[in-house]
Amino acid sequence: MADTLDRKTVHELAAGLAEKRWSSVEIVKDCLDAVRTRDKEIHAFLKFDADDALREAALSDERRAAGKALSAYDGIPVGIKDNIAVRDTTVSCASKLLENVVSPYDATAVAKLRARGFIPFGRLNMDEFAMGSSCENSAFGRTMNPRDTSRVPGGSSGGSAAAVAADLVPAALGSDTGGSIRQPAAFCGVVGLKPTYGRVSRFGLVAFASSLDQIGPLAKDVIDAGIILDTVSGKDEKDSTCLPLDPASSSAAAMEGAERRALDGLVFGMPKEYFSGPLAPGVAKIMEQTVAQIRSMGGKIVDVSLPHTKYAVAVYYIIATAEASANLARFDAVRYGRRIDGADLVDTYFKSRGAGFGQEVIRRILLGTYVLSSGYYDAYYLKAQKVRTLIRRDFAEAYKQCDLLLTPVTPAPAFKFGEKSDPLQMYLSDIFTIALNLSGQCGISVPAGTDEATGMPVGVQFLAPELEENRLLRAAAAFEAVRG
Amino acid sequence: MAKADIDVKYVAELARLELPPERFAAVERDLASIVDYIAELNEVDVTGVEPTAHAAALSNVWREDAATDSGLRDAMLKNAPALVNGCLVKVAKVLPGEESN
Repeated sequence: MADTLDRKTVHELAAGLAEKRWSSVEIVKDCLDAVRTRDKEIHAFLKFDADDALREAALSDERRAAGKALSAYDGIPVGIKDNIAVRDTTVSCASKLLENVVSPYDATAVAKLRARGFIPFGRLNMDEFAMGSSCENSAFGRTMNPRDTSRVPGGSSGGSAAAVAADLVPAALGSDTGGSIRQPAAFCGVVGLKPTYGRVSRFGLVAFASSLDQIGPLAKDVIDAGIILDTVSGKDEKDSTCLPLDPASSSAAAMEGAERRALDGLVFGMPKEYFSGPLAPGVAKIMEQTVAQIRSMGGKIVDVSLPHTKYAVAVYYIIATAEASANLARFDAVRYGRRIDGADLVDTYFKSRGAGFGQEVIRRILLGTYVLSSGYYDAYYLKAQKVRTLIRRDFAEAYKQCDLLLTPVTPAPAFKFGEKSDPLQMYLSDIFTIALNLSGQCGISVPAGTDEATGMPVGVQFLAPELEENRLLRAAAAFEAVRG
Repeated sequence: MAKADIDVKYVAELARLELPPERFAAVERDLASIVDYIAELNEVDVTGVEPTAHAAALSNVWREDAATDSGLRDAMLKNAPALVNGCLVKVAKVLPGEESN
């Protein structure tokens, strides 16, 4: 068992590094041991480069010994989802088409991690091109939920969530387009944060749906999520949709919340539409306990309404697939990717794309192409964009009555492999997470208990208005500290 | 609810995807059930509602129009499936009668 990793957070590891209780090389060796042994049955990692990680760790220890540590976190490894570029490393998006494509550069989020001394570690499994909610769509084999290997870890950042939950790495980067950080975090029992759209540069994140995608942390506690957010956020001239702001300072807010352990009159809105559909008894029970805990901590609970909630899944699957069909058009296997030569250039596109993409990716490209095709654009895409406006207005109205929203993350805990074979049923399981990507605001999934029926972890979701990550993390950390 | 009518072969052509003909029926069934589901948007009144294309309230993000060297050319070319003279990406003929290589 890895000594330095066992349930240790990034901030605990940083404290131990400062006190010379362990070195970066020891932490990385523990990661490598954990991946080589326990990841055999979880398969969170697609690959890792032991020599590179140990070299980086040795450099970090040298910096620290010379009093030149890049930050308190210098030498701490962070796992990276396979759709986020790390230089000289494959960035396959768990797709056969990109299996051997090597990124010549770092994603901005990765470069910012390095600037504070974090060590990008390994490639974490995911649903191909981040399309899926179970990690079953990876071209390189599924990832198992560490709490019960017959169950999915969630998706699409399933490898990131499983790796953190299984103590393979202290924290990881994921990406969230419709819940792909928050849902696997809830399924695996870790913290998952989707920052406000534009907080974190998307440069080097392989685009799925550009107006929805956002990089964020999966972590063992809310403070760590804040530390990673602070590290990777901030303006970037390489992404013109990245907001021209200074990096976040949310870890301080989270630490404050964890210390104060009170909610001081904060008002939590519970959208009534989120409780009108089927909710697993275990999830409903944990929501009740959460409400009681929030009240006991001095928070107030009010009912609010998000009237267009029932349309969110439909809007999402039009907008996300339309954007995906355009984004994934670039994968033609001409300049990179697995090329299958056809009779002519166009035939080469058809063959390479047809063989390289998995079934779910093909389904979504076709759906996106269909909704954008001549004669259907107004009925589907334009209509969806207008309903997206209504969904955004719902949130703006709700936040007139409350400071934060409180919702379940998923209708039920982690399901078993193969349980949701119908694509539409799989899409509908994202009902509580996708509206946030349409609105562009921030939200966090925090472990809140265990489902008695399955023994699986259950998360609750806190949402906040755009750029209110400090409010979000302060409250979430206070909740987490009291829940224990 | 009426089943959506989707010509999978045509849509796959638009998307530049080769799909084995034996998969057409299954793909059509999946797409039709999703399209039928998203048709529920028809009941929403969006009169006078502006579309939202993007969540970030940014427009006209400018930078200096200055050329820079990414320095990544060789690393980029290493990913190419086939090269000509070590510096050009090899592709199949685009126009008839054109010389390749």
